[in-house]
Amino acid sequence: MHATSEKSSVGIVLPQVARFEEPLALTCGRELSRFELVYETYGTLNADRSNAVLVCHALSGNHHAAGYHSVDDRKPGWWDECIGPGKPIDTERFFVVSLNNLGGCHGSTGPCSINPATGKAWGRDFPAMRTRDWVQSQARLADHLGIDCWAAVVGGSLGGMQAMRWSLEYPERIKHCIVIAAALKLSAQNLAFNEVARQAILSDPDFHAGDYLQYNKVPTRGLALARMVGHITYLSDDAMATKFGRDLRSGSLVQGSDTDAEFQVQSYLRYQGSQFSGNFDANTYILMTRALDYFDLALEYNNDPVAAFRHASCSFMVISFSTDWRFSPARSREIVQSLIAADREVSYAEISADEGHDAFLLPIPRYIEVFSAYMQRVGRSS
Amino acid sequence: MRLDLTHIQRWIEPGSRVLDLGCGDGEFLEFLRDNRQVRGMGLEIDHTYITAAIARGINVIEQDMDKGLGNFPDQSFDTVVMALALQAVHFPDRVLDEMLRIGRESIVTFPNFGHWRCRIQLGIAGRMPRSRYMPHTWYNTPNIHYCTVHDFENLCREKGIRILARDVVGNTARSPILSARWPNLFATTAIYRITC
Repeated sequence: MHATSEKSSVGIVLPQVARFEEPLALTCGRELSRFELVYETYGTLNADRSNAVLVCHALSGNHHAAGYHSVDDRKPGWWDECIGPGKPIDTERFFVVSLNNLGGCHGSTGPCSINPATGKAWGRDFPAMRTRDWVQSQARLADHLGIDCWAAVVGGSLGGMQAMRWSLEYPERIKHCIVIAAALKLSAQNLAFNEVARQAILSDPDFHAGDYLQYNKVPTRGLALARMVGHITYLSDDAMATKFGRDLRSGSLVQGSDTDAEFQVQSYLRYQGSQFSGNFDANTYILMTRALDYFDLALEYNNDPVAAFRHASCSFMVISFSTDWRFSPARSREIVQSLIAADREVSYAEISADEGHDAFLLPIPRYIEVFSAYMQRVGRSS
Repeated sequence: MRLDLTHIQRWIEPGSRVLDLGCGDGEFLEFLRDNRQVRGMGLEIDHTYITAAIARGINVIEQDMDKGLGNFPDQSFDTVVMALALQAVHFPDRVLDEMLRIGRESIVTFPNFGHWRCRIQLGIAGRMPRSRYMPHTWYNTPNIHYCTVHDFENLCREKGIRILARDVVGNTARSPILSARWPNLFATTAIYRITC
């Protein structure tokens, strides 16, 4: 039993659902007449409601960021390394809110939900989401929970982009913005990888142009392939070398051997792909990668991130990882440089880590120290 | 607080914006924030210092000033401070140029290699000097560009840098008079307030 035996775990958590009946106008011009958000909370909201921390998830994340859903649960939430008693986002001190974003496939309204207009699943007709739509819906959730101002909004990768968007859209509702392994916008290379992932899904015959639910099919091969491509970009060359090298899982490279050799890295990627394809919705994956592609913090500010950040009033902590090539330290330094030029409060740490982009999920000692130190500052001002 | 920092804090305008190059654990910026309402930012590369500064609530950027300060806009700070770091950078002259570009004025402190003890250690004993401010052995030191009070003032003349004020730290009770009169001989730490 994991949940109760670990002192640093938030233990067993129960997802909750918030229902919103007021229409939500979306960036794409359409609106959701009503929607639901599934979320979890950890820790206790204090009397003056000043200790709330919003955790924004990345591409394939969900509301289950910490703790366990049952005593038999084998794996904790996706950011359990950073959320819990004595951890950087210390639940003894903070009230943590983690939700599944709109368009997700883990309980919040998304492509698998029923479209009230048709009585059928939305499928490919679910409206496109932008980061600002998520931020708007998260603000509704804050209203629902009685939180006027977040002590901090925190996120890694696409989550960091939501945190930055928060600082511009609701400057009066966020005191600290923690941006980990993120970027002001995607590079052409980032866009290219996302396109390969989407094409993998689109080319699966079971995808049926996005209407696979009506055919009782799931494009698992396409989804698995998409995840495999994505996964390569989350790891560093060094991390893969250390973890797998050229180790063989089966077969042989000896001369005269006629069987196919299979490298460890092949089976690892296939395992990751098949695990993912059983738990994730293909339309959601397409929606999430598009939201990532479309994110461009400064687009509405004449493409000037300095002008954009002048709308923010919170303090920023930016963290990057040395071997992250998806959103490299150079991308984070662009964020920092813009914040300095905009005369905003900012701290920046570049963590040496072999793990690539995935490092933001892992208990790397210096990362945990820096993150904890900044959260102490957040705690003092909350 | 370190003696050179005690000396320079009086040159910092209340409520001004200060960039501290090599800010250490952020003690100085914390002092300025709490006593002079200064809005500060520090640069540091030492991991332990960075964490300590962040925990203090100081804005600190992990950045190696030897690799350039191009991310800081012209005249974006009132004062740029570099305390006891001039001797540790690869291109002290270029860093000075950058400081004067970024700040309206700058404050530089450095250990004076012309101090009489250094001269005795080198001139009589024939050994590379070591002192409280320069405790390292020659083969294992971050300090790669030692200079004297004269050297620094020569560089300022060559570059057209205006010295607004000079202050010195001596190492004995008598030394304020001596080091004020003959700084190159009696100052352990030299302190300059400069502008372009």
